Amino acid sequence: MTDQGIGASVKRKEDLRFITGNGRYVDDINRPGQSYAVFVRSPHAHARIKGIDMSAAKAAPGVLGIFTGDDLARDKVGGLICGWMIHSKDGTPMKAGPHPALAQGKVRYVGDHVAVVIAETLNQARDAAELVSVDYEPLAAVVDLGAAQAAGQPQVHDEAPANTVYQWHLGDKDATDAAFAKAAHVTKIDLVNNRLVPNAMEPRAAIGEYDFGADSFTLYTTSQNPHVARLVLSAFIGIAPENKLRVIAPDVGGGFGSKIFIYAEETVCVWASRKVRRPVKWTADRSEAFLADAHGRDHLTTAELALDADGNALALRAKTKANLGAYLSTFASSVPTYLYAPLLSGQYNIPAIYCEVDGVYTTTTPVDAYRGAGRPEATFVVERLMEVAARETGRDPAEFRRKNFIRAFPHQTPVIMAYDAGDYEACLDKALEMADMKGFAQRKAASAKAGKLRGVGYSAYIEACGIAPSRAVGSLGAGVGLWESAEMRVNPIGTVEVLTGSHSHGQGHETTFAQVVSSKLGIPIDQVTIVHGDTDKVQMGMGTYGSRSGAVGASAIVKAADKVIAKGKRVAAACMEVPEDSVDFAEGSFSARGTNKKMTFGEVALQAYVAHKFDSEEIEPGLKEGSFYDPKNFTFPSGVHVAEIEIDMETGVTRIDRWTAVDDFGILINPMIVEGQVHGGIAQGVGQAMLEGAVYNSDGQLVTGSFMDYCMPRADDVPSFNVAMSSTPCPSNPLGVKGCGEAGAIAAPAALINAITDALGHEDIAMPATPQAVWRAIQKMPRKQAAE
Amino acid sequence: MTTVTLKVNGQSVTADVDPRTLLVDFLRQNLQLTGTHVGCDTSQCGACTVHVDGRAIKSCTALAVSCNGCEVTTIEGLSAGDGLHPMQEAFREHHALQCGFCTPGMIMAAVDIVNRKGTALDEHTIREQLEGNLCRCTGYHNIVRAVQTGAAAMAETRQAAE
Repeated sequence: MTDQGIGASVKRKEDLRFITGNGRYVDDINRPGQSYAVFVRSPHAHARIKGIDMSAAKAAPGVLGIFTGDDLARDKVGGLICGWMIHSKDGTPMKAGPHPALAQGKVRYVGDHVAVVIAETLNQARDAAELVSVDYEPLAAVVDLGAAQAAGQPQVHDEAPANTVYQWHLGDKDATDAAFAKAAHVTKIDLVNNRLVPNAMEPRAAIGEYDFGADSFTLYTTSQNPHVARLVLSAFIGIAPENKLRVIAPDVGGGFGSKIFIYAEETVCVWASRKVRRPVKWTADRSEAFLADAHGRDHLTTAELALDADGNALALRAKTKANLGAYLSTFASSVPTYLYAPLLSGQYNIPAIYCEVDGVYTTTTPVDAYRGAGRPEATFVVERLMEVAARETGRDPAEFRRKNFIRAFPHQTPVIMAYDAGDYEACLDKALEMADMKGFAQRKAASAKAGKLRGVGYSAYIEACGIAPSRAVGSLGAGVGLWESAEMRVNPIGTVEVLTGSHSHGQGHETTFAQVVSSKLGIPIDQVTIVHGDTDKVQMGMGTYGSRSGAVGASAIVKAADKVIAKGKRVAAACMEVPEDSVDFAEGSFSARGTNKKMTFGEVALQAYVAHKFDSEEIEPGLKEGSFYDPKNFTFPSGVHVAEIEIDMETGVTRIDRWTAVDDFGILINPMIVEGQVHGGIAQGVGQAMLEGAVYNSDGQLVTGSFMDYCMPRADDVPSFNVAMSSTPCPSNPLGVKGCGEAGAIAAPAALINAITDALGHEDIAMPATPQAVWRAIQKMPRKQAAE
Repeated sequence: MTTVTLKVNGQSVTADVDPRTLLVDFLRQNLQLTGTHVGCDTSQCGACTVHVDGRAIKSCTALAVSCNGCEVTTIEGLSAGDGLHPMQEAFREHHALQCGFCTPGMIMAAVDIVNRKGTALDEHTIREQLEGNLCRCTGYHNIVRAVQTGAAAMAETRQAAE
């Protein structure tokens, strides 16, 4: 059995339906009598709504209803929420304006929701939406993050003076300033962390349905966390009590954070299904996705690193402005604060750190978590600082990092985190060898001979996954607990259903979670079915984001399995007529120590349900156990990525020649799937560094609003990746796993920009380093170096 | 409404459609062939790739009526029998999919690459030829491996058939 258990690269159970076209995504679902919703969206970044004339639209064929923010208010439908309270350094709570699902009085970004038109067919809804006439009084847009807080800028929300949501800080300012005062060298850099559009390949979609007989709602939605969606829709937005609201997230085509959030569209669809007495379906087209899915990143940062004369890091100081967009999305406030600054110690022993973050409103799409969420931003700060500091002080960048690595664990950083395990030097050594750094000089010379620039860049990243324990995150302002649940239902013939609160949208939980069960219970994975994504089946859960499903979700399954085994031992002891404490469980069998008595897992399951051989006053019949698992710490995956690039000086085109990644994810459940996660993460990081960037013009129009304008990584933009592991088990959960979903996206941007600046010989380039940007940077090279 | 007649996955279908109906919507809505996906509105992502008269097209960019009289193959009809097409098998073998949304279009495009470029494909060719299909999950690494393996397997299947 162990060939299918933890550590085996078994092929995925879910693949058959996807490769044959039998996946079931939300847009594949059609409900009887279904109607279609189209949203009327603001063409202005900032405007007052003076009136909405719906008369022509209402008279259009097939129209069942047209609703605006007034209708939601009349029905006492609450606004969308931000679930993480951040306090400013002066102790005041963050200043947030209301976030109605349909605009009330004002629109605040292009794509903001003004009205919804519901009709018999999609085309009728589209046609009628074009007939809705909105009288706007345009107001000045606030687009430039750097200037948004200045006096005289238009106010996005009256509640947030100077467009400032919070002015937050972390760390010891005095200790940091004192360390800088005595530094032998200070490296200072300004960084732009470019705004990204998540672009999961499946656009968001929702179907709301109201059952008049049962007085209950069902929402089919593209969600990474259906239970959180139900909680928010129920407890905060007030659609219906939880027992009257079922949320189903079936196959979901990628999330990357963008499907965590509770958006306007699904809120309106589920509410409107009762108004029009028909199921209401909405599927985003890609243009809507660009405008209305929460964007990611978008920081301006000034960062400094203080060194002593020997090159030891003394302190790090960062000041960041984070663009939160026009409204606070579900977890927007936490991303540039508690998911960012606590990672600023990187893999390094830095005695003092101080970080200030201003959260800023602009008239742009809301910004929230996107693959990595705060940790890519932190890694970019730390790894650019380390690289530039090494160059400025004439040190080899790899050896400079090694010199400053944390070597003893546990390690308490000055910014909250207590790193539990890691071996950063092992990853670096392996990466240097795999990347053949000994041969780099020769390759660089060969490139130069061909008139090309070659550079190498490192990124020694750390991330924090499985945010926990709940009590700790609560103390930091989280509105929810971050445990996970599992329920293990053993059937009478020994097959197993596992209900998990985690949600798979590409991660392969149906396979990896079954592998965990296989290892625990000694049964083949085809006897295990993983059930997720339906609040009527799974009682409660917190969903999948922040690389938490392995560390938290699978650990909950382990805990439930332990309870099943404990109960099984009692049943087996009674059946074999031996004392309970003499029963062992191993490799799928219960055996009585010192005897030849043995029962298989399936036999015990059957006996648990037949209940003939034990006193059911002492042992309850049945075999079903549940658990809630709350980890005792974050996990801290880490690794070293090495990017080697070659630049064509004539065109500015950067070719990635080789990519080496050595990651420490602790114990691997399925190495094939883990490597796949790394590949995908790197590609998204390459996208950020070289291709992608959301651009608004000064009027607040999204200029990069389609795949024609926003450059997604394609197959010929990335190389094959050389990926390896160097593992230290995580001591903070029973599986020893750390999480791998975001590592590539966290590591890659710094590695690439470090490589490109290495080739250029100067630091003056921003992401995305497009061919045009690189060509311009080439023109700034010292003449002699460029000619070499 | 306009009448359109197509042969889809070997079966003849006739329907009255709004003339503006896209082929992909006809497949998904009228025929419930939901394996063909819509990932964008600018013909960039390739999630909607199907074969029309043996050539890959993006079905979000063709009107159903413009395909009148054509033979259409979708992911559901790619494999002739009960088993998998060698390219489908290769995608599973190489973990060339994660969320699965781009996968049907990716497989249909991959088969078309083999049809056009032959069964001995190098990495450079595969990467260039996959330009029209976006995947956000895999970083393409395993897709490239899968297409290479699938192409070789198609060569064997063809030899066996000869």
